[in-house]
Amino acid sequence: MEFLKKNPKIFQWLFLLIVFFALCFAIEVPETYKFIRGQAEFIKDPNQSTFVFAGKEVRYYAFDVFWRLPPLLGWLPIWINDSLFFLMNDWMPMEFWNEDTQEFKTRPLLLQISRNLTGFMTFIIELIREILLGGLETIVAFTSWDFIDANPWAELPGLPWTIVAAGATILSYKLSGKGLAIFAGLTMVYISIFGQWKPSMQTLSFILVAAPLSFIFGLGLGISAFKSKRVEKALYPILLVMQTMPQYAVLVPALVLFGVGDHAAVIITMIVAIPPMILLTLLGLRAIPPEVIEAGRMSGCNNWQLMFKVLIPTARRDILIGVNQVIMVCFSMAVISAFIGAKGLGFNLLLALNQLNIGLALEAGLCISLIAILLDKMSLAWANKQTDYFGNLSFFERNKNTIFFIGAFIIGIVLAYIGTFLFKDTFNYLFEIPHNKGISTADFWNKGVDWIFDTFFVYIKAFNTWLIQDVLQPMRALYLRMPAIATIVLVVGAGYLIGGIRSALVVCGLTLFIALSPWWDRALVTTYMATFGVIVSCLIGFTVGTLCFQSKSAAKFMLGVCDIFQTFPSFVYLIPVMMLFGITDTSVLIAVIVYATIPATRYTIEGLRSVPVGLHEAATMSGVNKFQRLTKIEFPLAFPHMMLGLNQTIVFALFMVIIGAFIGTEDLGQYILKALSDKNGAGIGLTLGICVAFIGLIFDNLIRTWVDKRKKHLGIA
Amino acid sequence: MSEAVIKCESVYKIFGENAKKMLQEANGNVDAKTFQENGCIVGVNNASFEVAKGEILVVMGLSGSGKSTLLRCISRLTDATGGKIFIEGQDLLQLNNKDLIDLRRNKMGMVFQSFALLPHKTVVENIAFPLQIKGINTDDSISKAMDMVKLVGLDGRENYFPRELSGGQQQRVGIARSLAVEPDIWFLDEPFSALDPLIRKEMQDEFLRLQDKLQKTIMFITHDFDEALKLADRIAIMKDGIIEQLDTPAKIVLNPATEYVRKFTEEVPREKVLLIEDVMDQSTSDNLGDLRVSKDEIIENVAEKILTQDKTVGVIGKNNKVIGSINPTKIINTVFGGRKNGN
Repeated sequence: MEFLKKNPKIFQWLFLLIVFFALCFAIEVPETYKFIRGQAEFIKDPNQSTFVFAGKEVRYYAFDVFWRLPPLLGWLPIWINDSLFFLMNDWMPMEFWNEDTQEFKTRPLLLQISRNLTGFMTFIIELIREILLGGLETIVAFTSWDFIDANPWAELPGLPWTIVAAGATILSYKLSGKGLAIFAGLTMVYISIFGQWKPSMQTLSFILVAAPLSFIFGLGLGISAFKSKRVEKALYPILLVMQTMPQYAVLVPALVLFGVGDHAAVIITMIVAIPPMILLTLLGLRAIPPEVIEAGRMSGCNNWQLMFKVLIPTARRDILIGVNQVIMVCFSMAVISAFIGAKGLGFNLLLALNQLNIGLALEAGLCISLIAILLDKMSLAWANKQTDYFGNLSFFERNKNTIFFIGAFIIGIVLAYIGTFLFKDTFNYLFEIPHNKGISTADFWNKGVDWIFDTFFVYIKAFNTWLIQDVLQPMRALYLRMPAIATIVLVVGAGYLIGGIRSALVVCGLTLFIALSPWWDRALVTTYMATFGVIVSCLIGFTVGTLCFQSKSAAKFMLGVCDIFQTFPSFVYLIPVMMLFGITDTSVLIAVIVYATIPATRYTIEGLRSVPVGLHEAATMSGVNKFQRLTKIEFPLAFPHMMLGLNQTIVFALFMVIIGAFIGTEDLGQYILKALSDKNGAGIGLTLGICVAFIGLIFDNLIRTWVDKRKKHLGIA
Repeated sequence: MSEAVIKCESVYKIFGENAKKMLQEANGNVDAKTFQENGCIVGVNNASFEVAKGEILVVMGLSGSGKSTLLRCISRLTDATGGKIFIEGQDLLQLNNKDLIDLRRNKMGMVFQSFALLPHKTVVENIAFPLQIKGINTDDSISKAMDMVKLVGLDGRENYFPRELSGGQQQRVGIARSLAVEPDIWFLDEPFSALDPLIRKEMQDEFLRLQDKLQKTIMFITHDFDEALKLADRIAIMKDGIIEQLDTPAKIVLNPATEYVRKFTEEVPREKVLLIEDVMDQSTSDNLGDLRVSKDEIIENVAEKILTQDKTVGVIGKNNKVIGSINPTKIINTVFGGRKNGN
């Protein structure tokens, strides 16, 4: 009792847990309750109750209200859907000039805007694509198909792969030096001789449009949020939700608005990539010391000069992290948007995964990852580049990169021309190596997978069965056994204990939204998978991080590994786990664990690093040993930062759980995937996405509030 | 005093939401406490002074005394709440944005306590920055910046980044940057406060050397009274936004206007601050010895000579004419005596 009096918080937490468990035991599972599987919601079941709200009929299973709340928000997806369709097809019809038919035509405003936007996007993507690969579309855009028929020569020829490879190498050399140049050259050669040239260039053209546009818009919005409190306030909730919104969920509404194809993919990618860019721009600009701004002002900068010559370069570190994020998201989306018809490596990857051709998937995945790493490093080097004013250089030295490129260009063309004679009857390998004619190691990998399966089948199977039967199933059952009321009490109580009434209200609102949506059961399954992933990830991440922290070089190495792993598009993680565990929940969970361990490890190392040196010395002088120092000094001080890592881990885990729907899970992700092929899916997809985002935000709110308090307490805010 | 380059007339800076309104209601009688109760903080309270061409005015005060705020009002990094500020006769507060930028590009330079260098630019790029902002092309601005690099003695380090330099070197860059556009008015906001004592002394000497050469009109902010005495033509001592006393170092040491100022002067080694002129008798008695000392000598340098004399020593002015006298006991009194009495 003495102990409890001294620590009132512990008493409060105990009380909360007791109430929670009491509620769990007090509320029986209703007899009519069943976990709704598959398409059940779409079939009219006589046992279902209905209610009508805002003209929409909502069907649901009427359970005991304490057990599961009625889906009062069931009308929301339908309503979103109808609104979207109304906006697109009936809202504000106006007269627009139609170029093809040469007459005015009546069209709804939004549809016209969407058509113009997609037309514009398609044009730039095609332009870049055709510079790299050749084609007709660009010229058609300026002239007409008749013109092409009349002039068969009018076609962009495309660049031979040798020139693009040489160009990438020279550019890398100019930006960073030998190391990156070699990496760029090898990457390009690998892509080419493995026959991935065409899809890679398609993906690249997609990225080269999406990434710069996201960067520009993100930077612009970040700047305006920095300058105006009002803009910031308006953007903030959107940014918050978008941060934890699974990328899948945005696909469906975009499908309705922009149709199918590369242009829609670019627009969605921008929607996903812009928020982190805005946040990091804002963060960087906020951190600029006021004296630097004053120094800029006193140097006579006008507002424009101050922003672009002083503020943005000074905030470069954070803005660069933003660029890195943008590139990461773009590649991630390059794969995911294959669902809505984007061409390129992502499409091949999905196809290969669908056919369970692990070898092919591996090659495509490696290509995407290599290009992602290359672009990331190039953008980084570009931002860090400096000019030499004093080197007295000759004309050749100053322009050697341009000269080399022109040389490579000519040689490439000559080679391609020679190629037309060399490979008269087959393909011109010096121009482009076709998809199915490259070297492929797919068979090797597939055989390897078969071999692993044959050899270790017993063990894998045993592990799999053990995990599913003895760990996952019971855990899932426990989660589903929680009455809705008990869960809400637990979450809101935690919110109150951590952050007071404000936090409690926010968390309560978020939880209620999910509880009142028709997908509470699914949300529980998502949460259970994420929880499992997060726990294991944190255990691994914190351990690995702590161990690596013991040696400086190991810590640096580990952070480098994290950097590279983070650049991999999230989908790529599914390849190796499917190799080993096939299509099971185990695969998804292992992908989740691998993916979510990255932030856990990173933040552990960073947190431990941030402990001031002075404290180390003070501790050493007090005569602590290494272990005592770790437990008494470093962990308590690094803990807030490590908790931020936990926050990221949760977000990463949720993302991967949702993507795991591709393998087959019974959670929210499954429904999002299903919504993709449903003509009324837009509202459902969006609402589901918001549900997932809210799960993330509940944890985000609790952890952040706790961390802020703790940091203030420790005086390291 | 020649014509005033900077002129302030009852400048007020008050932070808070309805500062303007409250200032009007106060009718020139601003009381910090009343304002604070109404949610306003008084930064500068009724500051009036002039800075002449080529003069070094040091504004001295402890942290929170409003000295940096005053400087920021005069450079218009913040807008003063009330009063008038003239720069070379131009009303600063009436300038539009374009004129203000012009003024800063051509007339003003400023050095900051934390150096405020641009981290992404090298030494020479940092120094060339204000020139490039003005629109001078790269070659010219870099060559001009190289001159400045030499002026502050950083040759050979022009391609270093700020993070690769020591504090003293960084501040040399800050000084060079502020001087690159050849401004007439030079603002220094605690430029040496972040430096080690030895480096600080070195930089103070460097500053005096530069000023000797350049003859700028200077406002120098510091919290270090010794630094103020060493550098200033005149010192303004601030407390709670009010200028307590504005005078030459010698007069401040000899006649502190308020109890607050006196506290600073108590520990000052006067023989190092005061000149013979400050302590001599105006009367020239006939009973002078042979020794003559110049009125511009610092006491410390001639004290030994005077103290070994029996007779009163004659003080000579510009044309070797005797303009006053000084008695050895006067020296002893000045150096050792009557400190607590303020005499």
